Amino acid sequence: MKRIFFGVLLLFAITFTSSGQAPRQAGVIPGRTPVSPTLEDYFIPSSDEAVSPDADGFITRWLLLEPIPKANGSNTVFTDSYVRENLTAIYNPMLEKKFPKDGDKVKLSVDVTPQAPAFLMPGQEAPKIEKKIEKRTLRWHALDSKRFNVKLFRFAAGLKLDVYGVIFWGCTIIDCPEEIKDVRLSAGTNAASMWWIDGEEVLLMQSDRRMVQDDCMSSRLTLKKGRNVIWFSVINGPGMSDMCVRFIDEQGKPVTNFTVNTK
Amino acid sequence: MRKSIISVGIAALVSASSFAQVGSPFIHDPSTIMESNGKYYTFGTGVNGLMSEDGWTWQSGAIRPHSGAAPDAIKIGDRYLVGFSSTGGGLGGGHAGQILTMWNKTLDPSDPDFAYTDPVVVAESNIDEDCDAIDIGLFLDPVTGRLWCTYGTYFGEIRMCELDPATGARKADAVDIPIAIDCEASDMIYNDGWYYLLGTHGTCCDGTNSTYNIVCGRSRSVNGPFLDNVGRDMLRGGGKMVVPAEPRRVGAGHFGREVLEAGVEKVSFHWEADFDLSGRSTLAIRPLLWRNGWPYAGEILADGKYSIISERRGFALEMAVEFVRLGGGMRGWFMRGEEATVSIADQTLADVEKDWPEGDVAVRCIDNMFRPNQQWTIEAVPEAGGYLGGPYVKIVIAGTDRALTATADKEVITSSFTGASEQLWRIEQLTDGTWRIMPKSVPGCNEPLALVSVADSTPTLARFDFNSDNSKWHFTALR
Repeated sequence: MKRIFFGVLLLFAITFTSSGQAPRQAGVIPGRTPVSPTLEDYFIPSSDEAVSPDADGFITRWLLLEPIPKANGSNTVFTDSYVRENLTAIYNPMLEKKFPKDGDKVKLSVDVTPQAPAFLMPGQEAPKIEKKIEKRTLRWHALDSKRFNVKLFRFAAGLKLDVYGVIFWGCTIIDCPEEIKDVRLSAGTNAASMWWIDGEEVLLMQSDRRMVQDDCMSSRLTLKKGRNVIWFSVINGPGMSDMCVRFIDEQGKPVTNFTVNTK
Repeated sequence: MRKSIISVGIAALVSASSFAQVGSPFIHDPSTIMESNGKYYTFGTGVNGLMSEDGWTWQSGAIRPHSGAAPDAIKIGDRYLVGFSSTGGGLGGGHAGQILTMWNKTLDPSDPDFAYTDPVVVAESNIDEDCDAIDIGLFLDPVTGRLWCTYGTYFGEIRMCELDPATGARKADAVDIPIAIDCEASDMIYNDGWYYLLGTHGTCCDGTNSTYNIVCGRSRSVNGPFLDNVGRDMLRGGGKMVVPAEPRRVGAGHFGREVLEAGVEKVSFHWEADFDLSGRSTLAIRPLLWRNGWPYAGEILADGKYSIISERRGFALEMAVEFVRLGGGMRGWFMRGEEATVSIADQTLADVEKDWPEGDVAVRCIDNMFRPNQQWTIEAVPEAGGYLGGPYVKIVIAGTDRALTATADKEVITSSFTGASEQLWRIEQLTDGTWRIMPKSVPGCNEPLALVSVADSTPTLARFDFNSDNSKWHFTALR
């Protein structure tokens, strides 16, 4: 019951504290060591050598841009048009026509105005919210995920950056030893996302989504011999942003005969 | 015109009552329904919960202290173990949570033995790990007798750990095992050699726009991996649909299974929004069906006009009156070249009713020719109450008040509808998708009986046997 709005969270918090709930004690289970995840638990810095996709074809090497704030108190606004307009309106790195490298920085003016509550309690007045624009400098990071999926939430949390109400950008390069026809880009994202190959949009995933392996696929496409550049952008309000992506062939098998690099 | 509007309004109310629990069935995150002292109980987020005398009409009345979120309940021996969670505040907040359990000898607050034990913590999460300890599901493995607790939400993993069925506490050597991601409201069930992990996907708490839905994966091992119907691990987001939205009711979440007897199972959950009940979150109960080894929610039979077909032979239940040949004549398979194709009119009630006898008439089964004496109107009787997951209905020959009636000699006839309990019927879908038809009562008989085909053409009342097609029926909707 947790995919809820901040306003509802406030309601529950009031309910719990006002009804005699015993205060929680942290770490009461013997032998259980509380963990505080770090970036290193999920990612390692990319090496100079190209890597292969994992055994199931998932692409784990990415250049990831630090998250762009985009206040959303809920994920129910992610219509097709909202996703298309907002994922490229604030920043579209493909317009720079230059593939970034680890450590590159991007300067942006971002809207950090707090989101109005989705619900108001009876008698509660709507808070006065002033528009707030900030200059931000965001950095690209070359990382390999330790898992089949890319935990964008943990990327942001590990860098102590915004984790909710954010837009992520990422890119990578796959090198094909030969042309590969009739494959599909197959992605799962939390929440909505868009995907491009060599600058051409191949997939848009609207709505309040959880990351599900092979949730959506592109139309059949051809990976050309040599370099193919993949870009993605994921938007999320509250929730644990992540994504997984691979290529699937006409027989439904994962495509693995390529290498991945970010240089 | 005014009369028409009133009629439509009444029809809408009747329709609404056929699909939703009645009374005040408003709850969020309901626990698995428990029967205690002949009454039904379910708990929700916040304190307390709902109680029902018959399983159809629900009111407040269940008592659960300590507030907290998304409870579950299970009966172990002669006691009830109730679990709930305290949580840090959801996806946008902290994720320090705790799962707690407590016992009660009865769930009936009027019972002198009603008293909860002090809750004990059985699982927890700290503020930033890949788990939020909330949404407990309790599962007693029928194969091993071991007790398991599943928990978690969209924030990271669903996990399971072992509890002691004697104490309800976490076993000293228990470990927390990840079994799914990106879902919540988990629960486990066992069926025919498989362990099933249920979870809720989609958007919660968005009223009529909530996309909440219940999915599952299955495993031969209690600890997984739980794979869906295309082989996807629930640790990678997999899940086969069990309860989707239905027209005017959306946001199915928080699975609970109730096994009434062999072949009769129910799934309880909440609708995030029932469009006929102000869009509020309401308790829902549907038949739980199994197809190719996968569970899915069945239906409550909608009010309407039907043929009632025996599973034994495929014959139609009919009021035993002299048949009248249908119109159209014998045309053969060929046509004369100059003839235009025409539509042959149905036989109507008016065509035949005048020759039907007054009073009680026998009932039998025969080839389904869709004659008026084979067409039954089935309609909920709101004042008659219901049973777990459905309202009592009347079954009358369409356009008449000739009601299917159970007799004291355990047979069935049609007689004028009076609302007597032998004219009220419980129609519920079985686990294989067929239907059971039972009278609310049989005069002079205390044993529960069902409509059974004792011969191809002869219906009677007898003990229900899920292993026999004699006990099963299906319905063909008629215009």
